[in-house]
Amino acid sequence: MTEESKNGYKSGSRLERLLCAGHFVVTGELGPPQAADGDVIRKKVGLLKGYCDAANITDNQTAIVRMSSIGAGTILVQEDLEPIIQMTCRDRNRLAIQSDLLGAYALGMRNVLCLTGDHQSFGNHPTAKNVHDLDSVQLIEMVVKMRDEKEFQSGDEMEGIEPRFFVGAAANPFGDPFEFRPYRLAKKVKAGADFIQTQLIYNVARFAEFMEKVRELGLHEKTYILAGLGPLKSPGMARYMRDQVPGLDVPEEYVDRMVTATKGIDKDDKKARRGAWRNEGIQITIELIKRMREIEGVAGVHVMAIEWEEAVKPIVEGAGLHPRPNPEAASS
Amino acid sequence: MNIAADSALGEMRMIIAEQKPLEEIKSLIAEAKTALVVGCGTCVTVCFAGGEKEAGVLATSLRMSSKLDGEAKDVDHVTVQRQCEWEYIDPIADQLQDVDVVVSLGCGIGVQALAERFPTAVVVPGLNTSFMGMPTEQGIWEERCAACGECILGLTGGICPIARCAKQLLNGPCGGSQNGVCEIDAETACAWQLIYDKLESQNRVHMLMEVQPLKDWSTSRDGGPRKITRDDLRLAAEESE
Repeated sequence: MTEESKNGYKSGSRLERLLCAGHFVVTGELGPPQAADGDVIRKKVGLLKGYCDAANITDNQTAIVRMSSIGAGTILVQEDLEPIIQMTCRDRNRLAIQSDLLGAYALGMRNVLCLTGDHQSFGNHPTAKNVHDLDSVQLIEMVVKMRDEKEFQSGDEMEGIEPRFFVGAAANPFGDPFEFRPYRLAKKVKAGADFIQTQLIYNVARFAEFMEKVRELGLHEKTYILAGLGPLKSPGMARYMRDQVPGLDVPEEYVDRMVTATKGIDKDDKKARRGAWRNEGIQITIELIKRMREIEGVAGVHVMAIEWEEAVKPIVEGAGLHPRPNPEAASS
Repeated sequence: MNIAADSALGEMRMIIAEQKPLEEIKSLIAEAKTALVVGCGTCVTVCFAGGEKEAGVLATSLRMSSKLDGEAKDVDHVTVQRQCEWEYIDPIADQLQDVDVVVSLGCGIGVQALAERFPTAVVVPGLNTSFMGMPTEQGIWEERCAACGECILGLTGGICPIARCAKQLLNGPCGGSQNGVCEIDAETACAWQLIYDKLESQNRVHMLMEVQPLKDWSTSRDGGPRKITRDDLRLAAEESE
């Protein structure tokens, strides 16, 4: 038994300790660069640190090659911002995933988010061979087994230190078939997911309906559910997300608010229009956070401001969630 | 209707192929003066890719275009009932060995059968073998089986997620399923929506609540080239008893 498992935590990560202590947590998201530049990561860390409790690092998101999640995660560990490394099943088989997780743990990472991964046809290498040796539900089981049974997927016993991760999974409350979504979440919980981060939520009524079913199944008592939110940047982005992104539901209300945000501003004053849109996007996110806090079973928010990490500070401050709690103080 | 012949075809129409572009076939036979196009009377006939008719049309096209290109090739054609069985290809041995190059309009199995049976013949493919599937309507063929070697259709309402889900999920659907369509394109049905609908209509959705374990891919291509040996059918085994 490791020190961490002795004091009752599965991983002892900051995220786990805060959730266990009952804090409403904030996680952020950091997209690594499409280059080998560590300073890009350090700069983004500077924008997120102190405003979120941990930050997801995407794993070749939308199937575009970027610095690896674990590589970037190492920099986060050095900079003292807790990483949640995303791990997809698209690019690695069971050997590579387990091996990467051993390395990630040795480098100080304690949270992992288990994902299937966007299909490679979306990205910049559409002719690639995909792997999908296992799916996200099976990945959760595998990581939990390494932690709790000290066993590899094959059943071989692990000698020495086992990787003790706080295991996360994603849920899309708006995917189809809608009525099956809570049950798919139940499968991830059954597989051992400690926390859940949802797809971007704009349609609160529909999410509340999803959560009602989640509570009926008692899932909110078995896992921590973080509601995924993200600021809209412009009316164009709002329309794109409404019409083009599978599994996203953006109500007309928010598209309209983004359009009217620039009312009274000169059409040629591009800077002012951009600023007005962004302020409105931040404002909508703050309102959404407040509405999320009213939904029973929501344990925190996951703020995704990809390539706009500057937005996290005003969102978290505006929602009254700053300063972030200290887990040591919380657990004492 | 000849029932016997039709049922024989029925058993063998699962391989779907498409003819390669003429330019590519021309480049494959560029060095040759004489060529033989070999059609196949089974799967690729049924999917209109490499049967008697297509073999004839391709031979004519190659003759005409080589003439236009200034070096007329002598291109003939022949079609066998099944290119993937020795007994059907042996009768064309002489024709095959008389030419510089053989363009097989069989599937990948047919091409290799010719190449293996006639070691001196230069055999090139005239088709791209696409998948194992069936025509869902006139002019449309869809993939149905990936030959993974461990059938799970009993768990999934008779709809295969290995062949029909873009991510081969065993615990689907992923978050990209919307209005019955897969995230990869609007033309592709979400296999997991189909599975859900089917089991729902049969009051068997509870089957989807179980976490399906990791698949053993060793029975699939990942285990290396596959082979089945049945001693009960082997002639040598019978004789040795």
